[in-house]
Amino acid sequence: MPSLGADMEAGTLVEWLVKPGDWVKRGDIVAVVETQKGAIEIETYQPGQIERILVDLQSKVPVGTPLALIRADGEAKPAAAPPPLTPPPPPAAAAPPPFAPPAPPSPRVITPVPPPVVPSVAARAASPAARKLAEERGIDLSIITGSGPGGAITYADVERRVSAPAAVAPPEKKKAPTLDLAAMRTAIAAAMARSKREIPHYYLEHQVDVTACEHWLAEKNAALPPDSRLLLGALTIKAVALAVRRFPAFNGFYRDNKFEPTQAVHVGVAISIRGGGLAAPALHDADHLSLDELMSRMRDLIQRTRAGRIRGSEMSDPTITVSSLGERGVEVLYGIIYPPQVAIVGIGKAVMRPWVIDGAIGPRSVVTVTLSGDHRVSDGHAGALFLAEIGKLLQEPDKL
Amino acid sequence: MSDIDIRKVVQEELNNIAPEFDMTTVDPAADLREAIDIDSMDFLNFITAIHHRLGIDIPEIDYPKLITLDGAVAYITAHLGSSKS
Repeated sequence: MPSLGADMEAGTLVEWLVKPGDWVKRGDIVAVVETQKGAIEIETYQPGQIERILVDLQSKVPVGTPLALIRADGEAKPAAAPPPLTPPPPPAAAAPPPFAPPAPPSPRVITPVPPPVVPSVAARAASPAARKLAEERGIDLSIITGSGPGGAITYADVERRVSAPAAVAPPEKKKAPTLDLAAMRTAIAAAMARSKREIPHYYLEHQVDVTACEHWLAEKNAALPPDSRLLLGALTIKAVALAVRRFPAFNGFYRDNKFEPTQAVHVGVAISIRGGGLAAPALHDADHLSLDELMSRMRDLIQRTRAGRIRGSEMSDPTITVSSLGERGVEVLYGIIYPPQVAIVGIGKAVMRPWVIDGAIGPRSVVTVTLSGDHRVSDGHAGALFLAEIGKLLQEPDKL
Repeated sequence: MSDIDIRKVVQEELNNIAPEFDMTTVDPAADLREAIDIDSMDFLNFITAIHHRLGIDIPEIDYPKLITLDGAVAYITAHLGSSKS
């Protein structure tokens, strides 16, 4: 059971997407775990063949518990300890999982009730409202045809099913993962309270003229179909990702009383959830993505997050967060650092302002970029240079 | 495609984005961003969905014309007509 956030202690295994004998490669999604942040897809980092599943469906196990055994290609069958899906390394293959639930040490073969492998319940994308309604009415999402983007199940789809006469609704089926907003609020509260307790924040703000970005976007988007168009948000994320490479004191994790900078830049994108919730999953290697790639990944990430389909690595490894309250938001926002990260950049909405350019006043579109930094790692001086670098990068959008 | 059908398509697509709203009760003259709390990404998804479903091109410069339910229906009606002729 991987740790999917600073305050996660345990997770409930709600779906296996693999069975013993299946071959997996690095990055494959093998299971779905329900946490306070909603259903999270778990990837494997170990290629090989699934030897044994160690955790039953619906079992809640502590972080660190091996979930399954994977035999690496070429590894002898009776060999000791094939590596597990998650650290720490397990004892010999024959030993029970170290944190096995106190319940029965079930040696029975775990071939769950007809495992709906391919279009399984949890694998179906569905809006949070649709999941909620389906859960309330005891409807199995796997029997519904989605009409939303990418076949996602919408509220209306579930509603149609509800009103369909004599709809078969087997309530004994395993429950679909849901975005539990109350649990999410608890998780946010825990992480933010810890941040305010432990992290000595300092705050800076810097106004950036984004007129060049807006002109560049208007020109580029005019020639593109809607699904290829870019938003200003993609430019600001790329600018932050590029800038932070030059200022590594804002990128990484503060753990065990020391700062560990990271080479990779995984930008956490703060995403609001309809109905009141927030998650900041990672856009991996944002500094290396072209703007088009970054935009399409961001679109996908936002859609999956709002549908309650985040992957484990996206939850656990953002190295810096960017929060933007959007065009209807406020001009300035100061974020609270998400531990164990050490910085969060806030992007306000773009507003028209009188601006002095070459000695004359003209209307320009201006965004206020803020930084909340961790004083255990950096000082305001470095923070100011970091913000200035973001502003500079945004003056030449074609080079982002 | 009749005006009623277009309205239905628009309402369905908006409902996919904001499922908690009953689109038939949303003020057709209200700014959708406020009426159903959608952001720029949601709006882009709405435009993309309309583009895919009805095959009409909606340039960015026309976005303000689609910012109300009535506006979107009128815009689509006009453009569906012109693309057929």
